[in-house]
Amino acid sequence: MEAWIRARVTLALTLFALLFFVSRSSPPRQFVISNAERRIDLSSHIINVHLTLKVENTGTRPASEVVLALTPTEVDHLAMVDALAIKGKRKKTTSVHLEVKPTELPDAPPIDAKYFTIYLADPLNSGESTTLEVLYVFMHFLEPFPAEIAQSESQLVFYHDTALILSPYHIKQQTTFIKTPSTKVESFIRVEPTNRVGTEIKYGPYEDCPPYSISPIHVHFENNSPFAVVEELVQEIEISHWGNIQVTEHYTLVHAGARHKGVFSRVDYQSRQFSNGASSFRYLLARLPARVHSVYYRDEIGNISSSHLRTNSLKSELEIEPRYPLFGGWKATFVIGYGLPLQDFLFESSDDKRYLNFTFGCPLIGMVVDKLTIKVVLPEGSTDPSPVVPFPVEHRLEAKYSSLDVIGRTVVVLEKKNFVPMHNSHFQVYYTFNPIFMLAEPLMLASAFFMFFVACVAYIHIDLSIRK
Amino acid sequence: MAAPETSTAAVPTLYTNNTLRNAFGGVLSFFILLLIGVLAFSIRLFSVIKYESVIHEFDPYFNYRVTQFLTKKGIYEFWNWFDDRTWYPLGRVIGGTVYPGLTLTAGTIWWLLNSLNIPLSVETVCVFTAPIFSAFASWATYLLTKEVKGAGAGLTAAVLLAMVPSYISRSVAGSYDNEAVAIFALIFTFYLYLKTLNTGSLFYATLNSLAYFYMVCSWGGYTFIINLIPMHVLLCIVTGRYSSRLYIAYAPLVVLGTLLAALVPVVGFNAVMTSEHFASFLVFIIIHVVAFVYHIKGILSPKMFKVAVTLVVTVGLAVCCAVIAVLIALVASSPTKGWSGRSLSLLDPTYASKYIPIIASVSEHQPPTWPSYFMDINVLAFLVPAGIIACFLPLSDASSFIVLYIATSVYFSGVMVRLMLVLAPAACITSGIALSEAFDVLTGSIKFQLPGVTSNAEVDAGETSSDTSEAQTDEVKAEKPDDTSKNRPSKKSKKKERELAENPPAKATAKAKAKAEKKRLLALPLEASVISLLLLVVLGAFYVVHSVWAAAEAYSAPSIVLTTRSRDGLHVFDDFREAYAWLSHNTDVNDKVASWWDYGYQTTAMANRTVIVDNNTWNNTHIATVGTAMSSPERAAWEIFHSLDVKYVLVVFGGLIGYPSDDINKFLWMVRIGGGVFPHIKEPDYLRDGQYRIDSQATPTMLNCLMYKLSYYRFVETDGKAYDRVRRTEIGKKYFKLTHFEEVFTTHHWMVRIYKLKPLKNRIRGKAKKSKSKTSSTSSSKRSGTKKKNPWL
Repeated sequence: MEAWIRARVTLALTLFALLFFVSRSSPPRQFVISNAERRIDLSSHIINVHLTLKVENTGTRPASEVVLALTPTEVDHLAMVDALAIKGKRKKTTSVHLEVKPTELPDAPPIDAKYFTIYLADPLNSGESTTLEVLYVFMHFLEPFPAEIAQSESQLVFYHDTALILSPYHIKQQTTFIKTPSTKVESFIRVEPTNRVGTEIKYGPYEDCPPYSISPIHVHFENNSPFAVVEELVQEIEISHWGNIQVTEHYTLVHAGARHKGVFSRVDYQSRQFSNGASSFRYLLARLPARVHSVYYRDEIGNISSSHLRTNSLKSELEIEPRYPLFGGWKATFVIGYGLPLQDFLFESSDDKRYLNFTFGCPLIGMVVDKLTIKVVLPEGSTDPSPVVPFPVEHRLEAKYSSLDVIGRTVVVLEKKNFVPMHNSHFQVYYTFNPIFMLAEPLMLASAFFMFFVACVAYIHIDLSIRK
Repeated sequence: MAAPETSTAAVPTLYTNNTLRNAFGGVLSFFILLLIGVLAFSIRLFSVIKYESVIHEFDPYFNYRVTQFLTKKGIYEFWNWFDDRTWYPLGRVIGGTVYPGLTLTAGTIWWLLNSLNIPLSVETVCVFTAPIFSAFASWATYLLTKEVKGAGAGLTAAVLLAMVPSYISRSVAGSYDNEAVAIFALIFTFYLYLKTLNTGSLFYATLNSLAYFYMVCSWGGYTFIINLIPMHVLLCIVTGRYSSRLYIAYAPLVVLGTLLAALVPVVGFNAVMTSEHFASFLVFIIIHVVAFVYHIKGILSPKMFKVAVTLVVTVGLAVCCAVIAVLIALVASSPTKGWSGRSLSLLDPTYASKYIPIIASVSEHQPPTWPSYFMDINVLAFLVPAGIIACFLPLSDASSFIVLYIATSVYFSGVMVRLMLVLAPAACITSGIALSEAFDVLTGSIKFQLPGVTSNAEVDAGETSSDTSEAQTDEVKAEKPDDTSKNRPSKKSKKKERELAENPPAKATAKAKAKAEKKRLLALPLEASVISLLLLVVLGAFYVVHSVWAAAEAYSAPSIVLTTRSRDGLHVFDDFREAYAWLSHNTDVNDKVASWWDYGYQTTAMANRTVIVDNNTWNNTHIATVGTAMSSPERAAWEIFHSLDVKYVLVVFGGLIGYPSDDINKFLWMVRIGGGVFPHIKEPDYLRDGQYRIDSQATPTMLNCLMYKLSYYRFVETDGKAYDRVRRTEIGKKYFKLTHFEEVFTTHHWMVRIYKLKPLKNRIRGKAKKSKSKTSSTSSSKRSGTKKKNPWL
């Protein structure tokens, strides 16, 4: 319920902010970034960029909108952006979640860029400063080079970026740290001062960079972490008021790293595990809710026998292995299904509605999903479905007919593109349902049998013969 | 086993008692039949419980694929389906070359369920079609045996059929093959034939031809019906049992049945053209002649009749000779004398091994061994003779049919293991009759000798199934319409019975008394009957135990996934599906995959890739081409495959884990079939001391052939010695390289290995000039198979 109100409030705030922005669209140039620190984590194929900005208002008026700039390529691969305001000093810091929205700047900047605006909770008065923490998550951003590798080779990738942070503001001092998964770095472009220690490359500190200053760099390094990508995940959550929630997940999995080239030799793969197929992967781990039951793992040609399920009172872990190890470019499809007790996920709200509270996300750990579709199949006879999701998704309604349905079940379809594990959060679907509908199908069956017996009795007692 | 069905001799005083007994008996038989159905269904579910709900073996995958197509595209698309995924580059017209009964049945079930909004997948429906139809088959057996020897024998036969191992082997859940529904159709057709024969009703005759039509749709084994029924008709005529009922049972079947059969595309004009159907037409003519003679005999006086006979016989003989001569000439003009290869191999068991290695190579076409009889029909083998004797006591039209059925099916099962399936119902029926009769006699004599039993019970004991059958034969001879209709266990007959029962009470009591007297004479000593009863029960128990064991252990393995039990639990070998899944996801959708024909159906169904040959062995040359490629050296094989547009070659190899039915063990058939068409493949080249060997004694041809190389490529690196666990030896040539093929995938346990054809190498400068003159000749002489030196190296 709280989440519901919060969502409404945020929606109202957003609308208000948008209106506000449209009414005064002058560039907010009154900020100066006194210190910026960027930490880029390249250890997997999901790239996390932590940006710590110390923003100072040098203008005359109070202002509450800080603009971030990203290159168009970055925006194409951006899965999520998140901002926090840090308050307090030293150890007693608290962080406040801030609203971030994509925006357009009216005056043509000297460089092609896309913008996001952070809306500060309290306007920053002239001369004051605040610390913002921004998290960017990028996917499909590492470019394998060479694009095709043989079984024994390890995977090298390019990371492109700029040594100077792209920003519409003047940055007084900035530093960038790039963390690579191993010490094997083929090459990287130096922009002095540049320093490489172990798995970390440090660019900077650079002093007094004017707005929109860039300095392209690339890092070419070894990254053998599995580039497991779910191209499409369709999750179907079917609610039965008889006490069960049935979840069926259809996966299309692909290894999005450097493509496999030439021979796949099983003998090499089995005997020399470390030097061979270093970038391939075999095991996947799915974290399922506690009290999960009747779990199955199969594909279109039958059961896949290589899986293990571990359950305890808090969570269940399903370790699965696709039919074959996945090398670069190889695909696999499979289905995971399980049942869950209804009372853990379905609740009644105060206004006589019911709601499903479920995790929006992919149970496979560390998985990027290009297109995630969640279908919530409500029981037959339920009305007024309304989903509440903490981030923007496309949603629509469908109908589905299953097990002796007459009028069909309402299906709430939610679609999200570019899903990363950081998105994992709960969502709710509210609906009204009259429990009398639960009895519809048993009654139907009973009456059908009754009719059948009546017909039998009638047949026995009616003499249809012409001759007496 | 005393089944209280319609008792003909009803005494007025016993009247209320009897109706109660009838009602009770009817309900009881109904529930017993229901339980038999449940038993037949559930005994076949071992495969689903032990493994999973999956299609088994090879042919069912094809049927499954066809059903998928049918459910997706509809019936009209199905009839016109030209499948370009098989027999590349020939393709196959599926709609015109399959028996559509099974797929249409499963498709209808699926459609029905889906229109009721019960969302079952096509696969689930296919998996459970066979168990459902075996329940139907056991009910049909009940009906059939009831026509012969009464309800008691019917129930016994139905129980036996529900769990006969031979039938279980073809109808476990997942074994989605034609036989699954065909056995039901076969028994049901026979039932309707006998029903028509007993009643003389044209209604049943029409139903009979419809059932025959369903059988023709379902299985090529329909020729058994269309030969067995004429044989029986002929037998009846010869033994002087001709009646109008026989005519009604036979003539409509031939006319309607043949017309309907010709509607099935795969049969078409074969229904009138081939020799398999010839017998039915001949008997059709004979029965008309006989009917005519009987008719004339009825009209004319005996003296006139004799004159007519001499006249007709002289004219008739001349005409007949002429007709037969023409027919023989027609038949003889076709190369196989109008018989298909499989039918010929039935008549002459050595035919296939002499002329058609492709039929001989299939294990289910081999003659069975004695243990396989015991395995497949178990104690029924001992009960069958007793049943045959019971059929002769007394011999009716129906029981003579059963005798003929069992005699012919024993012969056919002796020719081909596969036809054990036809024997199984016959064995069940005769054993059911035997058991039922034995129980009848034994319980009858026990009842008779127990002191506490009243005389009333004695009369009851007299009214057991043997009584009914006896009464039946009486009626059959009497041929009164009233009597025959009384035989029908319907509500109408009961009404008639009521009238009858009131009329001749005195006669009935006298009859019953005579019966009781007769019984007293026939009674066995009490101890002997009790012991024999116990022995029979033990025999039955042994059968049940064996059947359950066979269903659980022997016949439930899907063969697509293998398991072994080791000390640390169950180990699963799922390599086939691993390979097929890999092919399906990681190769182009139009790539062609070559493998030995066993894996063709599975590759098209599971991997959705085009194959060169598959399990439908209609084109010997094409299979021989693949066999030749597999037995040729690498370069020649590459050329053959390249000319067929093949991109991947799939071989099955069991040497690492000891899976015996792999390609090396099937290799002799590749050589034989290949050599049969392409004479440059000579079997002796591969043999050392008359054996196929792959160890150090192997011939160089063997060690250089493609199959050897693809199977054992880099095998030595697994254990250092290259020990083949199937052949139990170290292989002959351990270190070699492949020049024209590259390994692209090998499954976890090495059971399936997939190789890709390497593209032609770019010409190396310098060498190019030398071989320039040669290139044109080699590219044109593809498939020549001559061992030319590779110009590209």
